[in-house]
Amino acid sequence: MSQTVKVTFKLNDRPVEVLVEPRELLIHTLREKLAHTGPHIGCETSHCGACTVDMNGASLKSCTILTVQCEGADILTIEGIAKNGELHALQEGFMQEHGLQCGFCTPGMITRAYRLLQEIPDPTEEEIRYWMAGNLCRCTGYQNIVKSIQYAARKLRGEPVETSHPLMGEKAAQSEMAG
Amino acid sequence: MDTVADQTERLGKLEGMGCSRKRREDPRFIQGKGNYVDDIKMPGMLFGVMVRSPYAHARIKKIDTSKAKAHPGVYAVLTAEDLKPLKLHWMPTLAGDVQAVLADEKVSFQNQEVAFVVAEDRYVAADAAELVEVEYEPLPVVIDPFKALAPDAPVIRDDLQGKDTGSHGARKHHNHIFNWEVGDRDKTERVFADAEVTVKQDMLYPRVHPCPLETCGCVASFDKIRGDLTVYITSQAPHVVRTVVGLLSTIPESKIRIISPDIGGGFGNKVGVYPGYVAAIVASIVLGRPVKWIESRQENLTTTAFARDYHMTGELAADKDGRIKALRVKVIADHGAFDACADPTKYPAGLFHVCTGSYDIPNAFVSVDGVYTNKFPGGVAYRCSFRVTEAVYLVERMIDTLALKLGIDRAEIRKRNFIRKDQFPYATPLGLEYDSGDYAPALDKVLAAMDYQGLLAEQAKKRADPDSPTLMGIGICTFTEIVGAGPSKNCDILGIGMFDSCEIRVHPDGSAIARMGTITQGQGHQTTYAQIIATETGIPASMIHTEEGDTATAPYGLGTYGSRSTPVAGAAVANASRKIREKARQIAAHLLEVAPDDLEFDLDQFRVKGVPGKAKSMKEIAWAAYNNVPPGMEHGLEAVDYYDPPNFTFPFGAYMCVLDIDRHTGETQVRRFYALDDCGTRINPMIIEGQIHGGLTEGFAVAMGQQMPYDDEGNVMGSTLMDYFVPTSMETPKWETDFTVTPSPHHPIGAKGVAESPHVGSIPCFTSAVVDAFSHLGVTHMNMPHSSYRVWQQCQALGIAN
Ligand code: FES
Ligand code: FES
Repeated sequence: MSQTVKVTFKLNDRPVEVLVEPRELLIHTLREKLAHTGPHIGCETSHCGACTVDMNGASLKSCTILTVQCEGADILTIEGIAKNGELHALQEGFMQEHGLQCGFCTPGMITRAYRLLQEIPDPTEEEIRYWMAGNLCRCTGYQNIVKSIQYAARKLRGEPVETSHPLMGEKAAQSEMAG
Repeated sequence: MDTVADQTERLGKLEGMGCSRKRREDPRFIQGKGNYVDDIKMPGMLFGVMVRSPYAHARIKKIDTSKAKAHPGVYAVLTAEDLKPLKLHWMPTLAGDVQAVLADEKVSFQNQEVAFVVAEDRYVAADAAELVEVEYEPLPVVIDPFKALAPDAPVIRDDLQGKDTGSHGARKHHNHIFNWEVGDRDKTERVFADAEVTVKQDMLYPRVHPCPLETCGCVASFDKIRGDLTVYITSQAPHVVRTVVGLLSTIPESKIRIISPDIGGGFGNKVGVYPGYVAAIVASIVLGRPVKWIESRQENLTTTAFARDYHMTGELAADKDGRIKALRVKVIADHGAFDACADPTKYPAGLFHVCTGSYDIPNAFVSVDGVYTNKFPGGVAYRCSFRVTEAVYLVERMIDTLALKLGIDRAEIRKRNFIRKDQFPYATPLGLEYDSGDYAPALDKVLAAMDYQGLLAEQAKKRADPDSPTLMGIGICTFTEIVGAGPSKNCDILGIGMFDSCEIRVHPDGSAIARMGTITQGQGHQTTYAQIIATETGIPASMIHTEEGDTATAPYGLGTYGSRSTPVAGAAVANASRKIREKARQIAAHLLEVAPDDLEFDLDQFRVKGVPGKAKSMKEIAWAAYNNVPPGMEHGLEAVDYYDPPNFTFPFGAYMCVLDIDRHTGETQVRRFYALDDCGTRINPMIIEGQIHGGLTEGFAVAMGQQMPYDDEGNVMGSTLMDYFVPTSMETPKWETDFTVTPSPHHPIGAKGVAESPHVGSIPCFTSAVVDAFSHLGVTHMNMPHSSYRVWQQCQALGIAN
């Protein structure tokens, strides 16, 4: 075992400090040391995108970077996407348009789509498919993921959207527990 | 009287069958709060890593674990020698064979499990795994199942030497596992001898892997003081795992708790019991600490459960008008080094005998030989019911071949051979009884939606133009699936009948909890089971909590695979609900002081027939069940149902695909894909459509790119997501879906199951389209995958690429 190094960065707007070996990957630090198990591991070889986070305003596969490289970084994970107890439009969109099944790819998908909508608020379907190509899903066939992102884009642009999940819209107050 | 508006509002509140209820599992997943096995952390938990063989076939001369054991942070290094005293170095497979947990004297496939290193975290475990020194003596490798049957082929399974019967009868060679025959051989032979026309086609259904996004894994925790074993595991069949673990460990099942937490996709990959699970359990028992084992992607793709690898030869006998008289099939099934298929005991080739398809074929004979090779074990049903994908592929390819030979249109020849609606229930020559179907209208709907005649005209024009840069292919598939295993008289796993179960408890406030023997992996059971209960009991779905996957609380069930959740557990859910409703009727009669027969069930209440306003709601009845029941009745409102289906269910569909192939590059563009599915009664259209999208996409993956190739040394060549094709959003086509509804007559709510049909049906449809693109040039069949390279090779061979 080698020496550990102290690394500090911002995780979902909160400062964190961790001791890691220089070889430790960010995905492991997030999941094992910082109790952020939203980003998942599907390959550890940068292919699947399940581990996607947002770092300093860019999407990042967190299995592709060493934690020591994150000194001073600003990192956003799925856990930080909802703000002030309110779901992000993307989270709503995925529920409304049935954009997930097993849910394993979903945190990475939403985090990647978050970056897409920051850069292109009004993406075409072509652009959505291109931007999401680094995130694999084995369940949905992507069609409803595209729709989920389109839903979010519409909502963020202030256009009307249909919300029918009990966790969304005005019914949110009386929201039921999952299941 | 109720107004229509009032009825509609109550119906809306109920969220019963037929509505596109939004999923109740979503809130946790979209917030990153799922609970998958690798998310589980327990105090004192250690991490296990497998040491694996680089050789596909080798004798183990020596294993030196001393350096690994001396490595700081390492708690144990297990080898077969450590497992032997516990008799755990081998384990039974679900197919009646045995499999080495840790290699015992020799390895028989690349990446086979050799030693298990347990350390304080995954980094230390990986370091120490590198320190385990294994000395191998390489042996000759055989990866081709035909060569494996040569008289002088290397012996793959030394442990079976001299055993000329296996669990499925006689073995005729040292690498032979079983021969399975079904149908009337002699009669089929005679029909072929007299036939006006015959066609014959060899085809390979390549070895593929289900590749769910989450790999397999577990956390085993043995409590030394209590003697309890708890295992969190990515299992599609947790109750079966409990029984297997009980048999292996001799811990009584009452002290074993298996929990399938959230599962990141299964698709057949998570049915079996794998060496990693057993090793983690043993390590936990030995060390008295929780042990986690999680596969890497490479381990997943190369060790836990391949699918297919069927070398098939099909033959059809027909008259000149294309009416099929007989089907004959011979299969060499490559099972790898251990026979670890998850088929029902009686059926070593699964339900392959559904291979007469949607057609009224009077005579058939099938012979399947299972063979050992130096490849990893499996033979699981990748998003299909036991070997049905292979069967449907075979018959759909054969009918296309026959159409080509006779010059009959492929839609027309199907119509000439369809089993007619009035023939159901239909007994096939291979011993199955199809429950219901209405095939011709389904195909007609698709032909109309796609303007089939228009497509043919366009294609004819393209074919006539020698300068056309693209080849246009039209694919057709009219499949019949068989799901819902199964009647326990025919189907068991390790001797346990393939029933399934549901238990419902209605609480005093009118809410309810329901538990099932199945386990969702993305299918949305939490959402849809509640819809069945809502319709059947009148309790709003939002008041029903459903739970699966914990053997400590759920009733015993055989799990979720082969699309059996809706046909089997769904029926148990309906029946348990009906038991509740019947008791509720008695209570309502007591409360309303009328005879039970004077009551009628109306959405969410029982009301007195012909007396408006006199009714008791389910909410009121639930309360009364705990304080005011009729004399002699037990308190409470709950029911259990174990459902043993009288038959399988037979969903069907008609698919059409249009694609364009660039003859210079071999690149294929799917222009349109139209999928019409008939899964009987539809519980949640939104979820059905999602399942169909997913199945079609996995079908696209298999047909167009997936393959797990080997080199001659037995090295797996598709072991990462770089090499193994998983389609992204870029290449995945857009899907058009449609449906007809032909309920199952024997299922309580008429539902047949859906998630796998699109996989089963789309694969032959893609091949049909690709072959059609070349059929005017004399091509009758092309093996999958239809990757650009392989299609380009075809163009080259025909001299049409430049
Ligand atoms: S786990 Fe990082 S890309 Fe797959
Ligand atoms: S929802 Fe299962 S992998 Fe995307």
